[in-house]
Amino acid sequence: MAMSGVVAVCEPAFWAGFDRRSPETFIDYFAQISEFEPTRAAEFGIQHYCWVAVNPKEAENTELTQEVLRQMPEFLEKPTCLGVGETGLHKSTKNEIDSLEAHVEIAMKHDQLVLIHTPHLSDKAHGTKTVLEVLAGMNVNPDKIWIDHVEEQTIESVLDAGYWAGMTLYPVTKCSPRRAVDILEKYSTERLLVNSSADWGPSDPFTLQESVVEFRRRGHTLQEAVEIYHNNPCRFLGQNPKWDIKPITISEE
Amino acid sequence: MLTPKITLDTYYLEARRDLLEVASMLDRYDRSVEKVGEKAEDESRLTSLLEALALLSEKNHSQANRTEQLLVHFAKVS
Repeated sequence: MAMSGVVAVCEPAFWAGFDRRSPETFIDYFAQISEFEPTRAAEFGIQHYCWVAVNPKEAENTELTQEVLRQMPEFLEKPTCLGVGETGLHKSTKNEIDSLEAHVEIAMKHDQLVLIHTPHLSDKAHGTKTVLEVLAGMNVNPDKIWIDHVEEQTIESVLDAGYWAGMTLYPVTKCSPRRAVDILEKYSTERLLVNSSADWGPSDPFTLQESVVEFRRRGHTLQEAVEIYHNNPCRFLGQNPKWDIKPITISEE
Repeated sequence: MLTPKITLDTYYLEARRDLLEVASMLDRYDRSVEKVGEKAEDESRLTSLLEALALLSEKNHSQANRTEQLLVHFAKVS
């Protein structure tokens, strides 16, 4: 990844492939992604940042969620923690919505960035609409909120509401590298974020590079690519002073 | 051979992904036409794709040979 130009990775607190049964497991996990992983990534020349949250898939366990939320603020102080995430919705249940609200409240109280997951596949449109309704009922700063997994049927509503819209690329289940470029060509790119993933399901970090190559193949300049794939993340994440990677301009000799 | 259920469970998401890619390619063409102000001089490849989609959507494929039919169909276009 470093050899292909990746300078940083941001690891949101994620589902582990199974539902965790105790708050302590989460706390250990938060310690892993905020203490150990930055060291491991640094060995390969990549800066590692993290987000902390109870993933929506585990938010049905309300007791666990409340206890993790109680202990979460101490991790927001970690030098590489960028904010609260990923929270959001999976099946859009009441417990998930309650958890989303609680996460956003903590984030706003501590002046943190928020990374919000929207549901996959059949519940995508409904879940995204619900996320927007929840946020509309809260006192939030849209500049600090990244709503992820937008696709063609949800992006307009997210951008119209003033939030940052993220496309996490996947090989099968979500937005693809080419479709992301279509979206970049169709909408104002000012608040668009493109990234890839390596997680519990079929995922491929190099879908990001595929998207960059596709973007360039369509005739967009190197600087335009840099603005989207490097500088936009720097602008959003740079709202947290812990993110010290600055937007760059490519100079031509 | 996989059971019908496992066949769908195994390949549905990949087929969904592939159809979305086709849809996005057709949208891409339309947006390009709108921007440039004219269609491609030769639209036979576009026509061929649309005919292929029509062929796929036909309900009766008793010989389960859609792939063979598509290959024969695409062979007509250079």
